[in-house]
Amino acid sequence: MPTAVVALVLASPAAAPRRGYWHGVARQLARNPVAVVSASLLLLIVLAALFAPWLAPADPYKASMIRRLLPIGSVGHLLGSDELGRDMLTRLMYGGRLSLLMGVLPVLFAFVIGTSIGVIAGYVGGWVNMAIMRTFDVFYAFPSVLLAVAIAGALGPGMSNSLIALTLVFVPQVVRVAESVTTQVRQLDYVDAARLSGAGPLSIIRVHVLGNVLGPVFVYATGLVSVSLILASGLSFLGLGVKPPEAEWGLMLNTLRSAIYINPTLAALPGAMIFVTSMAFNLLADGVRSAMDIRL
Amino acid sequence: MLAYLFKRLLYTLPIALGVTLVSFTLVYLAPGDPLNAIAPADAPADVIETLKATYGLDRPMPVRYALWLTRALHGDLGASIATGRSVASEVLSAAGNTLLLAAVAAVAGVGIGCVLGALAGYHAGGWVDRIASAVSVVGVSVPHYWLGLVLTIVFSVKLGWLPAMGAGPGGSGEWLWDADHLSCLILPAATLSVIPMGIITRTVRALVADTVNQEFVVALRARGLSSAAVFRHVAKNAAPTVLAVAGLQVGYLMGGSILVETVFAWPGTGFLLNTAIFQRDIPLLQGIILVLCLFFVALNLLVDLAQPLLDPRIRRA
Repeated sequence: MPTAVVALVLASPAAAPRRGYWHGVARQLARNPVAVVSASLLLLIVLAALFAPWLAPADPYKASMIRRLLPIGSVGHLLGSDELGRDMLTRLMYGGRLSLLMGVLPVLFAFVIGTSIGVIAGYVGGWVNMAIMRTFDVFYAFPSVLLAVAIAGALGPGMSNSLIALTLVFVPQVVRVAESVTTQVRQLDYVDAARLSGAGPLSIIRVHVLGNVLGPVFVYATGLVSVSLILASGLSFLGLGVKPPEAEWGLMLNTLRSAIYINPTLAALPGAMIFVTSMAFNLLADGVRSAMDIRL
Repeated sequence: MLAYLFKRLLYTLPIALGVTLVSFTLVYLAPGDPLNAIAPADAPADVIETLKATYGLDRPMPVRYALWLTRALHGDLGASIATGRSVASEVLSAAGNTLLLAAVAAVAGVGIGCVLGALAGYHAGGWVDRIASAVSVVGVSVPHYWLGLVLTIVFSVKLGWLPAMGAGPGGSGEWLWDADHLSCLILPAATLSVIPMGIITRTVRALVADTVNQEFVVALRARGLSSAAVFRHVAKNAAPTVLAVAGLQVGYLMGGSILVETVFAWPGTGFLLNTAIFQRDIPLLQGIILVLCLFFVALNLLVDLAQPLLDPRIRRA
């Protein structure tokens, strides 16, 4: 008898507290060593950037004519100093704030805008879908780097302009993913059933469509963060993004370019930060994708 | 097949038209008067009026677009505001340099990616597979402008083997197929080749690993086919997808070369675009964006047209 009771208890949903979907994804991720290492590294970089004003050893804007381009490991300048004698470690920490922001914000904006447009196009269908999707096809015909540089170049240098440029680059891509999933979902039987039982379009979109669309779009967007980070720093590197004397990794790479003959290792540091961060984002995104079991 | 061809062409036309519209209007997003680039701030009103009439800026936007498009169809993209030279000839000579760079980078990147990806797919889980997955992650994560800088530091500054910038000795414009010019090509092409390498490696690996485990491959092996003959079947199955991905990537190279060209001072379209942006040279900007995008559209069309040659299933659909 006791075994039967145990089996009954195990089978009843009330006995084992129902754990959410995200709990399962997190558990899957925790078992993936690559994802765990990437996530920790990313956390470290984010914390260093977030708490830069309290953690950084020096003032990021304080220049010194006699302490320019000091090598890594100098006294008082752990990672050396830049072409104006500013502390490199400090500026790398502060630089992370703008660089990370420029990596995440355009993707976040594109996620919201692109999903809305894509869901509307997919759900309404017909000529509305046709009009929206053919318009975005035109933007799809632009290679993303070219589109970003062209828009940023037309709008002029500045951080908000690069934000706009990058958001515009990612919106068409998100729209495509959201639209294709929505179109598939719309034709499913349970959506018909919901409609027949009197559910309005808004509640169908909220419950059935978004429930299916958000997952794939989220996974797609996590993969875009590293692209955004690289592109945003690339715009700053060209002189189209963040303006001096602000600290940003791409801009620092640009201004230190003249130092490659004097102190090459130092000149490569800001780019190494972009590389490590974007690789951590990519590896984590891969982990999330397999944990959520979504194939795009 | 003919119907497919026709449908593809018909689908491309509106896209190409849309591209011309975006290329034309994009540069007018900027606040400020485009004449600022040539006219001094205190120029008299009648001079401004004459300049406006010369560049056609006194007409309404749709008329300007129609005029620009008609001229562009005849191969005339106007004159550069900064230098007064023909935009078409400037863009085409720069595009030649970019195309050279992108072609070498594409052959290297796609070639290495295919070999590495196929080996990794065949020996899934082995050490080649680990190298391949490392290459693909690094390939999509590395900021290529930084990689260019690192390669310059190693091969030009430290070792002194290769030139750090330019496309030939003495800054001469003419490209020659000699050692001096080719040595200038190595570093930028190697840098650029990383862009397609990562994605191609990943795509080919996934395709080959999938195909190798399918029943028809087991059946081919069981019938006693040599491994080379089996590989032919696997390659045939993977080819259409690889072609599609590779085509897209080669197109991205044309755009992605903007940053690499800036690092290496390579006299291509990216370098020209950079100059045009900072001089606010509107006709030149429009011309470069248009030519690069139309190239991308044409490339996509070409891939779409080549697809059914490799995959008969598309032809019948």
